[in-house]
Amino acid sequence: MHPLTLRRLLLQCLILIVILFFVVIVALKFGAVPVSLYALGRDLLRVIFGRSSQISSDYGLIILNIRLPRILLGIIVGASLSVAGTSFQALLRNPLADPYVLGVSSGASLGAILALIVEPHLTLSPLFAALLTPLGAFLGAAATIAAVYFLGRREGQIDSTTLLLGGVITGSFLSAIIMFLMSTLTGSLRGITFWLMGDLSTPLQKSLYWFLGIGFFVATGAIYTTASDLNLLLAGEKEAMHLGVDVPRVRLVVYIAASFLTGLAVSVSGAVGYVGLIVPHVMRFIFGSDHRTLLPTAAIGGAIAVVMADTLARTVVAPTEVSVGAVTAVVGAPLFIYLLRRRLT
Amino acid sequence: MSAASSHARHLAEAGRLANEIRLSVEQVSYAHSANPAQAPLFTLEATSFQARPGEIVAILGPNASGKSTLLKLISGALAPLSGRILLGGFVIHSLTPRTRAQRIAVVQQESTLLFPARAWEFVLQGRHAHGRSLRFESEDDVIIAKNALAQVGAADLSDRWMDQISGGEKQRVILARALAQQPLLLLLDEPTLHLDIAAQVGLLDALRRLAAENRYTVVVVTHELNLAAEYADQVVLMQRGRCLRVGPPASIYQRELLEQVFQTPLTVEFGSSGRPRVTVLPGT
Repeated sequence: MHPLTLRRLLLQCLILIVILFFVVIVALKFGAVPVSLYALGRDLLRVIFGRSSQISSDYGLIILNIRLPRILLGIIVGASLSVAGTSFQALLRNPLADPYVLGVSSGASLGAILALIVEPHLTLSPLFAALLTPLGAFLGAAATIAAVYFLGRREGQIDSTTLLLGGVITGSFLSAIIMFLMSTLTGSLRGITFWLMGDLSTPLQKSLYWFLGIGFFVATGAIYTTASDLNLLLAGEKEAMHLGVDVPRVRLVVYIAASFLTGLAVSVSGAVGYVGLIVPHVMRFIFGSDHRTLLPTAAIGGAIAVVMADTLARTVVAPTEVSVGAVTAVVGAPLFIYLLRRRLT
Repeated sequence: MSAASSHARHLAEAGRLANEIRLSVEQVSYAHSANPAQAPLFTLEATSFQARPGEIVAILGPNASGKSTLLKLISGALAPLSGRILLGGFVIHSLTPRTRAQRIAVVQQESTLLFPARAWEFVLQGRHAHGRSLRFESEDDVIIAKNALAQVGAADLSDRWMDQISGGEKQRVILARALAQQPLLLLLDEPTLHLDIAAQVGLLDALRRLAAENRYTVVVVTHELNLAAEYADQVVLMQRGRCLRVGPPASIYQRELLEQVFQTPLTVEFGSSGRPRVTVLPGT
């Protein structure tokens, strides 16, 4: 017997963090304007030692004001989507659950767009106005996952095929509503098309990064308190209850926190698909299916995956860009099919 | 606290309580309906019985007699319509799931896994209710899990995958997980259903030995007349939601009664052990 120890968990996370660090360096280096590793290292050291004024203004602008914020956003979005995917898979007892596949991302998009439409008509303080989109996305995500959950229930049991179909259909229904809303929109809001496909290029206000970071850690922390409950929940709700899990409480905590994480990711990046599906599967394959390991490794792995995907999106057809959602979908959709086929045989 | 001292405390407690009533089912009834406005689809009429530490109670009856419902009520998964069920003086269904899992272990018919797990991981799940929600298994937990596997003769299965072992082996590992909970009350729902004869006897022999050694109170649901006769100290005979009789097998196993309950001609003989033996007479 080799039960999980804190030491092993920290070691696994450390390895992934080192990988993330190298991926970030690569992401900083590559782009429409090439930057040498030497210049990159020199400028990073200058930032660390508080002498950022010495950085040449061109590099500073590209690295610090364009690429770094985008990478930070990718880290938060990837981690949020992965943790949300892992949680939905446990909560719904379905290894193919993912915020995008279940239509939850579409629900969050719709909520965010409604918030954008309503916002000019309300007189709000600037900070609250900035939070209105994430709030709309959260409510959209929460409502969608509730709807999909009830669609997938048959005679008190969750039927996994019905659940997935229900999610896909709900997603396409919500997308249709989004298309309808978009055709009535004018002006700046039409830029939403790119955002809908999954996009990290829009810079945010600085205060919003803090909100995202804190939101991510609070929600993920809440889910992590139920990590060992989720392990038992995989065996079924009845069995989990007999082993001492307070099933309704765990379900509520995970449901709210995972919807919040999805809303958070979608409100700043649109629907980046399949991250919540691919990353937990890869991590499960490497580290096993214990949620005490899976949740943190999936979070870091998600960050790695999205930063890598976004670097590809920026460089493959440079100087133009592909949306990051297109990159994740090209990799994720075939993997989804593979997992689905393997499960059916 | 070390596992050894915990075990000693367990034994001392068991000794003190040896002759006390541990499980008391008092006039418990239940009604199940799809819709509150309609007449109930299924009712369980007031049922009572009591069990002591170390005793094996078999709930016996044909399909749809209410025996599984009775087990769910005892496990706390369902709340009774009237009456109450006490375990060591506490009303079971008002305990939290965590407290309940520290005192009651339930072995269900089938345990499905979404992702593969090794047998030892599965058995360690039984320690869940004894730790805080966010923690890593202690050395005590590992010792208790190892003991549990050894007690059911499955120590060599420890590193095997749960989906790659036979039905009988799986049933043993599931029982080991229940033992790892260190319960006062062990509930089993048709534990022999998918097992061959050798595995059935092996499992029930293990159960009888464990009940005697660890002073568990065991309640087992079954429709196997002869297994209940051979292993139970008490039989609760059920038919269509009613509890007909409660008593030792020798007093329950009467030909007319069993023929009427199971709707089939049969004979009852008493062997040298004093335990009854039932032979079903086919085609008459």
